[in-house]
Amino acid sequence: MKHLIGIEDLSKDDLLGLLTDADNFIEVSEREIKKVPALRGKTIINLFLENSTRTRVSFEIAGKRLSADTINVSSSGSSVSKGETVLDTVWNLEAMNPDIVVIRHKESGAPKFLADNLKNVSIVNGGDGMHEHPTQALLDCLTIQKHFAKAGRSLDGLKIAIVGDVFHSRVARSNLWAHKLLGNKVSVVAPPTLVPRGVAEVYGDNVSVTHNLAEGIEGADVVMCLRMQLERQGNFFVPTLDDYTRRFCVTEKLLRKVAPHAVVLHPGPMNRGVEISSDVADGPRSLIGSQVNMGVAVRMAVLFKVGRGQLHE
Amino acid sequence: MTDQTKQTLVSSSQQPVHAIPKHWHQILDEASISKAVSRICYEILEREKTSAKLAIVGVRTAGEYLARRIHKRIQEIEATDVSFGVVDITLYRDDLATNNAPILKGTEISFPIANARIVLVDDVLFTGRTIRAALDAITDFGRPRTVELACLIDRGHRELPIRADYVGKNVPSSREDSVKVKLKEMGYAEDGVYIVSKDRGAV
Repeated sequence: MKHLIGIEDLSKDDLLGLLTDADNFIEVSEREIKKVPALRGKTIINLFLENSTRTRVSFEIAGKRLSADTINVSSSGSSVSKGETVLDTVWNLEAMNPDIVVIRHKESGAPKFLADNLKNVSIVNGGDGMHEHPTQALLDCLTIQKHFAKAGRSLDGLKIAIVGDVFHSRVARSNLWAHKLLGNKVSVVAPPTLVPRGVAEVYGDNVSVTHNLAEGIEGADVVMCLRMQLERQGNFFVPTLDDYTRRFCVTEKLLRKVAPHAVVLHPGPMNRGVEISSDVADGPRSLIGSQVNMGVAVRMAVLFKVGRGQLHE
Repeated sequence: MTDQTKQTLVSSSQQPVHAIPKHWHQILDEASISKAVSRICYEILEREKTSAKLAIVGVRTAGEYLARRIHKRIQEIEATDVSFGVVDITLYRDDLATNNAPILKGTEISFPIANARIVLVDDVLFTGRTIRAALDAITDFGRPRTVELACLIDRGHRELPIRADYVGKNVPSSREDSVKVKLKEMGYAEDGVYIVSKDRGAV
């Protein structure tokens, strides 16, 4: 059985193949009849045990546009809120013969745990704790690829800055794996408390760490802003949010000065005025709308590949 | 995908990358393929019955190249604007459940399908299943006035009630044989159609 647990498990060819497929799926969403019969008769369960709007909706739309039957389960209103373990929940779901379970869970490793314990179901990671959010990294890559293709540049040879709460971010980790495969230079910009220990050792020599925003994004092609994950943080990571904002908020003024050509990404949901200013988020360098748009195509590509059993374990 | 197509065309114009194995038996050479394509073009124009807008649609991959040639030739003959499109049937195959490695290349139909006169182009007509899938793919974009089928080779052995309106050459073949259309656009030194018998070691 084949799964998508993380970008870490992919080869460069897998990654580029998924991006090519996703690029070809964009056209399906622009048709008058937005549907192809590629996964007809397949059942996909979206098991979202943590809050989500974008990811859940776009997985559901992606499944439906491939003609699969999609069913959504969230933690409130399901047996999980009665104290059932996630493995028991999924065992019960498995008994109804779904083909793919897309799972989002607050614990890192939940999708891998399920993949190891289920025989007949493909697991797709929709974001697990602080571990990985592979489809988000894929859609970030596709967004960047399509933007730079207009200028005749490819997905490699870029300078990427990842700014903000890297420590709690599965989006950052998936992107770090992706840019390791692509061989891009990545600058991790965060207060010392929000940098994962050993980040350069794990993700390779092309990763550098700085605690100074202007220095970290200087000359960057892409600035990825990350949300301050206050719900995961507790009180120990930054002295005050104001203090964080003064030093790490990505503003148009700063970008003009040190990275005038940079485009800006944010995986959402945004805390406007905390990690990103509104003039950046709504300005011409923002690719945030395009990210959401690419999300459906990327998830179609992933579901198609997993549904056809083409991804590595 | 357009970029891939361009890449293929660029690389093929530089240097042929594939050689023809010795055991392949040639049944059409470059000149006869060119003649067949021309004849198909004239037949398509002669059969014009309605005022519906003509569109040439190729089935990826070899069908796309043939369709491009037909599209170009018809515009030379008639000096009118003819629409062009490409369908990828990967998402419409009836053997998807058993075929584990389909490669998605994308469909490009940027003209209005509704009320158009479509000529579908493929290289080899065999079981008819590809054409069945291509018809599904096309009708997902709208309701054409008519759909006709042109193929370079008709080798028989149909499994569905489908026939071609324009045929380059009828080739009686054994079901086990393999009929291969190899074009310059695919990286071959010259165009050719080959038959590979099973007992001579089909690929």
